[in-house]
Amino acid sequence: MDEMIEKLKAEIIEQLNLVDINKDDIQADTPLFGTGLGLDSIDSIELSVLLERKYGVKITNSQEGKKVFQSLRTMAEFIMENQKK
Amino acid sequence: MSKNIYVTGIGIISAIGKNAEETLMSLRNKKSGIGKLHHIKTRHQQNLSVGEVPQTDEELKELCKAFADVIYTRTSLLGMVAVAEAFKSAAIVDVQEYKTGIVSATSVGGMGIAENFFSRYLDVNDNGDFLKNINTIDCSDSTERIADYLGIKDFLSTISTACSSSANSIMYGARLLQHGIVDRVVVGGTDSLSRFTINGFHSLKILDQQPCKPFDLNRNGLNLGEGAGFLVLETEKSLNGKNVLCKLSGYGNSNDAYHQTASSPDGAGAFLAMENAFRRSGLKAEDISYINAHGTGTEVNDLSEGLALERIFNKKLPPVSSTKSFTGHTLAAAGGIEAVLSILSIQNNIIYPNLNFKNQMPELGFSPAVNLDAYYNVKHVLSNSFGFGGNTSSLIFSKVN
Amino acid sequence: MKAFIRGTGIISPQHTFVTTEFLKEIVISDTNFLKCIEPSYKDYLDPVMARRMGRIVKMGIAAATEALKNAKIKMPDAIITGTALGCLGDTEKFLSAIIADDEQFLTPTSFIQSIQNTVSAQIALQLKCMNHNFTFVHKGFSFESALLDALMMLGENDAENILVGGLDEMTEKNLLIYSRLNNWKKENIRSNELFAQKTEGTIAGEGAAFFVLSKNPSSNDYAKLCGIKTIYNPSTPKEINIHIDTLLKENSLSTDDISLILYGMNGDTATDNFYSQIKSQFLPNTPSGSFKHLCGEYQTSGGFAMWMAAMMLKNQMAPAVVMHSSLPVILPIKSVLIYNNYENNHSLMLAEKV
Repeated sequence: MDEMIEKLKAEIIEQLNLVDINKDDIQADTPLFGTGLGLDSIDSIELSVLLERKYGVKITNSQEGKKVFQSLRTMAEFIMENQKK
Repeated sequence: MSKNIYVTGIGIISAIGKNAEETLMSLRNKKSGIGKLHHIKTRHQQNLSVGEVPQTDEELKELCKAFADVIYTRTSLLGMVAVAEAFKSAAIVDVQEYKTGIVSATSVGGMGIAENFFSRYLDVNDNGDFLKNINTIDCSDSTERIADYLGIKDFLSTISTACSSSANSIMYGARLLQHGIVDRVVVGGTDSLSRFTINGFHSLKILDQQPCKPFDLNRNGLNLGEGAGFLVLETEKSLNGKNVLCKLSGYGNSNDAYHQTASSPDGAGAFLAMENAFRRSGLKAEDISYINAHGTGTEVNDLSEGLALERIFNKKLPPVSSTKSFTGHTLAAAGGIEAVLSILSIQNNIIYPNLNFKNQMPELGFSPAVNLDAYYNVKHVLSNSFGFGGNTSSLIFSKVN
Repeated sequence: MKAFIRGTGIISPQHTFVTTEFLKEIVISDTNFLKCIEPSYKDYLDPVMARRMGRIVKMGIAAATEALKNAKIKMPDAIITGTALGCLGDTEKFLSAIIADDEQFLTPTSFIQSIQNTVSAQIALQLKCMNHNFTFVHKGFSFESALLDALMMLGENDAENILVGGLDEMTEKNLLIYSRLNNWKKENIRSNELFAQKTEGTIAGEGAAFFVLSKNPSSNDYAKLCGIKTIYNPSTPKEINIHIDTLLKENSLSTDDISLILYGMNGDTATDNFYSQIKSQFLPNTPSGSFKHLCGEYQTSGGFAMWMAAMMLKNQMAPAVVMHSSLPVILPIKSVLIYNNYENNHSLMLAEKV
């Protein structure tokens, strides 16, 4: 799980071009949207595409997206659950 | 506004008709132009509902009797068809009789061709006639082709502010007349479908696979469309007693300054644009007979626009409808196309229905008009066009007795 | 219709950004491309927004911010830009992605950023400016249309201070695409020898030039913008001259009143003859200069020229690197006329000393 989280961290930093963000500011449970990292609706689409492209897992609607993208941990959990299927 | 700005000609082509007469017929018969995509090959073909102009490029060339030796993009051809109709409708025979200009608008420009040749342009070993297409890529090309086709020389410009583009062309043209830069001006916009925009909107996840449902609780996104809509604007100076279709009595442009693509939750920019249009026209909200809304069918726009309308109309709205349920969202051409529809509404005393509407949005206290009303005394029409980049524009057209 | 040029912010291939010096140290290119000298954007951009921004957007915001600062204006009454190619980098990025993955896995950022009015929109977002916001995209008329929009608004009492800009970027891909149209010189030349070459083709350029135009005078003003004319597809130099005459008459001036004229010749012998004919037939006694050996050829180079005119009028100097040596400039510099073109889009701008 920790390995997946670290991998995801690197991937979202690249995908969203978060070059000026300190890596240590993003922990496993740091809120990605709203407060915390402060990502927006365009970023959530970017993250959906990342998940589909790199892990083959699909977000079916925006409600599901809100749950999955809460933190790196929730993203990792979603990937691990759905990759098996 | 010191000089009265008159509309003396209109021209339109879209999924519901290749001229004003056909367009009106489709509207009267509640016949939407939304359907499957035919002219472009894309992976998303089966999952799209679009407002495509049925004519092929060859048929469009034939329709407007385009010059044989010029490379025309589809954007140019659509524009030429519409501007030719507008000129005829304005009874312009000698373009040089008065200082005549054109202010057009486009977002796609020549991308429809460029996207098919991009890799080949970059391959230095690949040569051929296709290299001449490079000159058609940028946004000025369609304006210049239209201008050359009709002999317009005195003033040319092109605006691109996403979905409010051609509403802004209309405003700019009106101001050119006010300042005497030109005596008459063709204003509006043209856009064709392209893989670039189809993929762009698809990536934003705001396309409805089914026909769109503006202002509906269960709306699911927009349908892309294509077409062109142009007006001829003139002042007293060049009228010479000819027939006037209506007056452009007000206009306003503002910026939402909230987010790059999403409208603000309260529609602040939309409100300001409408407020500016009212101020300039000297009219009050209660003077408006019909609102032709931007109404794309996206979750965000319809809510934002709906709230702004309620605010400016103090919750007492006249009939509202979005004609994008007929034509699709024609992007930069939307302002021009919907201006023509607003003018046809005035001329024919007709209110268009908002197709596909079933359930009211809980956040709003109004529903759009679902019935065609062919006997409504339409005096003043408010037409909204809101674009990405927070660009919000409103036009008011008024009947002239 | 007149306006005061109250502030400037210019990113160009020369040292023009945040400096009081006026073309003291000249940058020369030998790659047929005069590339912009870009500032550090940290002082100008919100880092959360900046991560999405293409190069031209960053240039535009930085130049616009400096123009407002220079003019001591916090909130403009309108934001108007002209850009022929818009956000070229992002357009290419999205198009390349469509082709590379056959329309799969596309992300919206570069599509959104490719939309032509992104620069105007981002400036408005950064300033929270809800006022009039237009973007013109007509090739060599883009910047001039924007200036005209500003002049009209100021004349209508609709605004006091307007932020106007003209910008275009050059990318590696576009350099290649334009080379296929034979736009550039066949061999690499030094940019300062652009007019000595006497061959076909020109050199590429780019830039972002922003100004604050004001209705009322201030102690800050560089110059007064007195008029603009755009001329589409002129068939003879005489057509240009008729417009020059009209522009001067509108300002109660004659050709003798022009202190100097800046010509937008670009070193391409196939097209520069228009300029030499105007010069010899209609303005033989007017000191002249050029600017495309400093900024390169691009659709909104009028912005660079206007900055040069403003600086000449403010500083009362005509740098030797700009001027043709044939006729010396007589001080005081009272007025500067600019005659420029990009392909069949020709334009005139007139500025006067305040």
